[in-house]
This record gives sequence, structure tokens and C-alpha cells, in this order.
Amino acid sequence: MTEQMTGRKDTAGPESPAGSPASSSASAVPSPRDLAARSPHRDAARAAEPSHEQTPAPAAETPRAQAPSPGRVRATGAQALVYALERVGADVVFGIPGGAVLPAYDPLLDSKVIRHILVRHEQGAGHAATGYAQATGRVGVCMATSGPGATNLVTPIADAYMDSVPIVAITGQVPSKLIGTDSFQEADISGITIPITKHNFLVTKPEDIARTIGEAFHVASTGRPGPVLVDISKDALQATTDFIWPAPFDLPGYHPVTRPHARQVREAARLISESRRPVLYVGGGVIKARASAQLRELAELTGIPVVTTLMARGAFPDRHPLHMGMPGMHGCVTAVGALQKADLLIALGTRFDDRVTGKLDTFAPGALIVHADIDPAEISKNRRADVPIVGDCREVIADLVAAVRAEHEQGHQPDLGAWKAQLDSWRTTYPLGYAEPDDGSLAPQYVIERIGQIAGPEAVYVAGVGQHQMWAAQFIDYEHPGTWINSGGLGTMGFAVPAAMGAKVGRPDTTVWAIDGDGCFQMTNQELATCALEGIPVKVAIINNGSLGMVRQWQTLFYNERYSNTDLHGTAEPRKPAGTRIPDFVKLAEAYGCEGIRCEEPGEVDKVIERAMAIDDRPVVLDFVVHKDAMVWPMVAAGTSNNDIKFARGIAPDWGGQEE
Amino acid sequence: MTTHTLSVLVENKPGVLVRIAGLFARRNFNIDSLAVGPTEHEEISRITIVVNCEEHPLEQVTKQLNKLINVLKIVELEPGATVQRELILIKIRADAESRSRVLETVKLFRARVVDVALDVVTVEATGNREKLDALIKVLEPFGIKELVQSGMVAIGRGGRSITDRALRPVERSA
Repeated sequence: MTEQMTGRKDTAGPESPAGSPASSSASAVPSPRDLAARSPHRDAARAAEPSHEQTPAPAAETPRAQAPSPGRVRATGAQALVYALERVGADVVFGIPGGAVLPAYDPLLDSKVIRHILVRHEQGAGHAATGYAQATGRVGVCMATSGPGATNLVTPIADAYMDSVPIVAITGQVPSKLIGTDSFQEADISGITIPITKHNFLVTKPEDIARTIGEAFHVASTGRPGPVLVDISKDALQATTDFIWPAPFDLPGYHPVTRPHARQVREAARLISESRRPVLYVGGGVIKARASAQLRELAELTGIPVVTTLMARGAFPDRHPLHMGMPGMHGCVTAVGALQKADLLIALGTRFDDRVTGKLDTFAPGALIVHADIDPAEISKNRRADVPIVGDCREVIADLVAAVRAEHEQGHQPDLGAWKAQLDSWRTTYPLGYAEPDDGSLAPQYVIERIGQIAGPEAVYVAGVGQHQMWAAQFIDYEHPGTWINSGGLGTMGFAVPAAMGAKVGRPDTTVWAIDGDGCFQMTNQELATCALEGIPVKVAIINNGSLGMVRQWQTLFYNERYSNTDLHGTAEPRKPAGTRIPDFVKLAEAYGCEGIRCEEPGEVDKVIERAMAIDDRPVVLDFVVHKDAMVWPMVAAGTSNNDIKFARGIAPDWGGQEE
Repeated sequence: MTTHTLSVLVENKPGVLVRIAGLFARRNFNIDSLAVGPTEHEEISRITIVVNCEEHPLEQVTKQLNKLINVLKIVELEPGATVQRELILIKIRADAESRSRVLETVKLFRARVVDVALDVVTVEATGNREKLDALIKVLEPFGIKELVQSGMVAIGRGGRSITDRALRPVERSA
């Protein structure tokens, strides 16, 4: 029989010889799988926890479990749920109760381990779980009731899916006998979320609850992380069962590969040793894999320039001389040029997203591709990889360091001097910058730059989506992983306030800034009430240009300055610059129990930021009224080639006649 | 574009089919034929999917399928080393005048009559796609009143079993 193996879940990925099991026992660093095998439940939640090598991660406390352990005890399904959450290491749940999930909220009241944070909208709960997970590396948890509660989680679940964030969403479901009858507050949330979860479960038996929670945390946090939804029917929560812990997993089809294949790593090292214009193209997977230290070692060993994508800001220090900046649609000229002119891309934990590649068939035309990712399906999805490596980035990079050293010992160390001189000349000629408005109003870039400089690289910065997000990615220096949190893949407006709330809960001793737009802010600002009441002193900077700025920028550039529905302020408002005045963000902040401060003068910016830095007993909202015509540059227009990047409006960089 | 036959071994759990069918739809793939059924192991179901596509997208969809937690194993079955069968049931007009010719045709194709009415016979036939297409073509002139066709099922020739190897002991976590 000559069957062709197109994929076997228990082998080490496409590049390994068929049939070789993905043994990770020899590895020095325990892989998530190893951890899971030893002690599935406690370690599952910790497995993806970044140590934030340079950033102090919050101490991983051992939850003081309440339930007798180990063994079995009689419990309701709801108690089993709470016990299981305690055992997997959940310490915070963001949520809102409702009819179907009510039974779960009763034992939650008694938990000494789990802090439940009552949000104002389920979307806030979901983004808060994401912010918590991105800031701590632990699994974020959100909870909602059936029907509308569950469907309100759809956006943050999709958001977490696109950015590979480990969250577990727990939803109540109508009693199992009513499922399928269009009963009150019924929605098929497991069906709805199939395309936007790593996996989901519908649980209708009380005895399945504890095991499923263990599995959900394991799946969410290992391999390529992602959101997992657990939908539990009300009758399962109410019925009595035996709570058994640890509960054996039943996941015969789940075996993420973490150990890279040695031959592929050697091949990658060989290409590195032969390359003259290599680039380390670094994505968010490096942060997820806690591989910043390894990355730095590899970069310094080889002298290869680094670019960090939007999801990877902080994976490599911005001030490091080898850092060439962020590539992509609003990347800097040097980073985009480096990719376009490279002869070798070492792509680590990144997925060749269209916002990075521009028009795909003109992306990095002269480059061979080494592509390492923990998800085999990402490799050769958009750009064919010459050397595919399936594995956890931390292990891949550590192995690459060893393999490159071996090449060096044999005298194979290329001279990258000409390449670095080329990049440095671009960096000098085309630095990131912005023009000050000539009417004396505030430049949004200046505000964001000053926040970054005053709050410093130890703070966590969370952005919404749009112009302010791009400026925050460009003009704040990120030195540590986990200090930049944004909605990269889905581009979810309204992400910043709830995600900052989650980040602050996860890292209470760290200053957390939300850099938000006036459009984004109005989508989810109700969570300021949660922040004020729960003692979560986030700092929110609204970059208030009175419009949906990024959309307006596209209207300026591509729609003949016809501004259809992008003004957020009244047309009759006489003030200039306008900014959004309805609502009045200062009054709104005060109404929510926050400090609200408006700033319209460049001379006031530092003073206002410093005032905000001094307040730590309540949330602060700063309303920076900025010039509305500022645009994000550089820019690669959607669907065009990276080669056609504009440094500023109408200005293309001169690549210096370099042949590709 | 070439035709590929995938045998997908999945956990026998509710909702697995919708995950797989949804993945094909989401990734812009057309399924030519699909058949689902039990295997010799109670906890495993087998889905046979026939798709018509290029090599690269097939690789991508296979990788995406492999990521589904409920999928245990995917094997592409090579047509030359595989027994492939579909089943059809056809109602054919067969009055006194044409009945004997209909029955003659049915016999030639080694099909079976499974029901007879006054002027209609219902025929059951199994075979590969080519044989069934030929049968339909020959019966068409008599008048086909109704036709139903199963998805293709396929199994590799020889002594090896793909389900056995999917079931080898896997690392259980507790």
C-alpha cells in the first residue's frame, strides 16, 4: 500500500522523516508538552508564561486551593468549575453574571483564590483577559452568560485568535434539555466560535466540567496559543458530581511540536553562514515563546540586523544598534528596505501577514526564506520557505545559536559590513519623524513620544487601533517583551481601555498606559467604571483629533479628500482644532470616578503627563486635543509593493541604485 | 487540478463534522464528495473527502485540518493502491415494453434490483465513479425518475491498517 502521509499529528512536522516521533525528552529546557506530561493542570497555565527576561513578571503564586486535594469530593458542577479554575492557576476572572451562568457565580463568591472583576460589557471582559494574558504570559479568563452575554465575547475571542493569545472563555448555556429549542437567551456559541477559537467545548454533564477546564487551559497555553471557549449548560452546573483532580485529559489528537528538527536547524545555519544580506524578521511568536534572550544572543553572535513586527515590538530592544525598526505598511524605511533587499530572511514566529509583505509577489524578491514557527500551517502559507522549521521559537533560536557557532568554528563567518553600512545610511537618511503643525496645535506624535519618554521603558503601553496605534508603535521605545500590547491581527477598535485594565490587574506594580483614539475610546470606555471601582489605576491618553483618523487619512489619500462619516465632532463647532467635545472626555472621566485632564498646548504636555504619573489611587484620563490632519508615515498603500513605500506624502525613498 | 482522496480519522464526538466542513468552506475549498461513518474502533470515525485542487492548497488545508483537536490522522489515499466505492440507488421507468431491457442492463453492470413497482424498478449499484457514470449513461434513455448517490469510501489495498496506527498508545497526561 503506497499511501502518502499528508500529515500525522504525532510526527515532528513536515520536515521530519515520516514516522519519527516528536520526542522532546532530550531537551534541556522543558517544553510545554513535557511540563504538561508531568503535571498537566498546574503547569498548563504556566507553560506559556513568559519570564519577561528583563521585566519582572509577577510572582507566580501557588493558589491556595480550597477543595480537598487530591482525590475526589462531592460537588456541584459549579463548584467543580471553581475548584478546577483554582487548580489550573486562574487568579482573576473578568465577567458578568446572567441567568444561565448564575450557578457558577454562587461558589465563586466563596473562592479565596479567584478574584472576579465585574466588568460593564462582556467585550470588556474578553479584552481584559487578553490584556492580562499579554502582560503576564498566563492564561486570561473571562466569563459570561448564555445568548447575548456569549455573543458579546465574539469580538474579543476573534481578536485573541488572530493574535494567538491564550484566553479561556467560560459561558453559561441554557439547560441541556432546552438546547436547540430557541429558548430564552440561547445562542449556539460553540458553533458560532468554531472559526475563531483554537478549540471549544460544549459541556452538558457535571462530571465533564473539571476535566474540560484542565484541557481548555492546556490547549490555550501550549503549542501556538489561542482562545478556547467552554460552554456549560445550566443543568450541568447545578447537578452534583464527584470532583476528581487531577482529571485525566482526553485529547488524543493534540500533540504540538516544540522541538525543532536538527537537520533543518543545521541547514538554516549554513544559509546564515553564506548570506551577505541577512535579516532576522521577528514576529510575536518570539514574545510568546519567551525567546528574547535567545534572540539577542543570536543577533549579537551573527551581527544580523533585526526587524520587529507590530506584534513583536519589545522582543528586541529598540535602542540596540542592530535593531532596524518595524517593517510593514507603516514601518520605517530601513526595516522595509532591509526586507526588500535581503538575500536571506530568518523569519521567527511570524506569519508573513499582508500588512508586512505588501504585495506578496514583490516581497523580498531576492531572499531565501528560513521560516521557524510552532504552527506548521503557517510555514509556506503565504511565502514558500526554503528551510522550514517547526518548533518553539525559544528552542529553535537556542539551537540556531549552537549551529551558527559550529559554522563559525569552521571559519564560515560572513562579512556583513557592506550590508550594515547600507542599512545605516538609510537609517540616517530616512529616520522616523513628523512635522509640527504650523498653527501651534498639538502634534499627536509629540504627545505619544513624550508619554513614552516620561513613563519610560518599564511601563506597559496598550493601544487601540488606528493612527494612534501606529504612532505608539513608532515613537515609543520598547526595550522589553510584554510592554507593548495591541490588537494587531483583527484590528479591534475599543481594545485599549479594557486590555489596559487587564494588563494592570496582571501587573499591578507596573505603570500601564492606554494610548487610545477618541473613536476607539468611545467604543469601550464604560470599563473606566470597572477600573475606578475595582482599584485599577490605568492611565488613558486619548489622542483626540475629533475624527476616525486612519480612515480619514485614507480618504485624504485615496478618496479625493471626501470625508464621508469620519468626523466625530459637530460640524458647527467653532473651536479650532476641534477634537471631540461631545462627549466632553474630562467630564466623562469625572463621571466615571476618574481624574480627567485636558491638554491643548504643546507647552502643557509634559506637565499633564507628569501629573498623571503622580496619581496612583484612581484611573486618569488625559484628553489631548491634537491636530486632525496629522498622518502616519511612512506608508505602503494597501495592495502595493513594499518597493513603493512613501517616506512622506509623495516622497519615495532613494534606495541608492542598489541592485536586487 | 487533480483529484485527491483524503481519509480523515476523527474522534467520534458530536460536532466534529461541522468543524471539518466549516474549515473547508472557510478556506475556500470545494468538497467533491464526503462520506462519514464508523470504524472498527468505537471511538474513531472515518471521513473520506474527495477534493479537486492543486498541490499547494491541498497541503495548506491538510495542515489546517491537522490543527483541529478532534482530528487524529489524515492520510491521502493514492488511487492506484486504493479500493474506491460509491453507492447509487436509481428509480428507472420500466414498463412492460422496456422492463426486460432495463433488467438486462442492470445485470450487465452487476447491479441489483431492490424494489419493483408497476412501471418503475429501483436499482442499487456500487462501484467506482467511472462504472457508476457508465451505468447512469446507459439507463438514462429509459428515464431516470430519481437518483441518490453516496459519497465515496476508500480503503488501501494490502494488509496494513491506518486506524491501527492511529490508535497506538499516545502520551496521556495523567
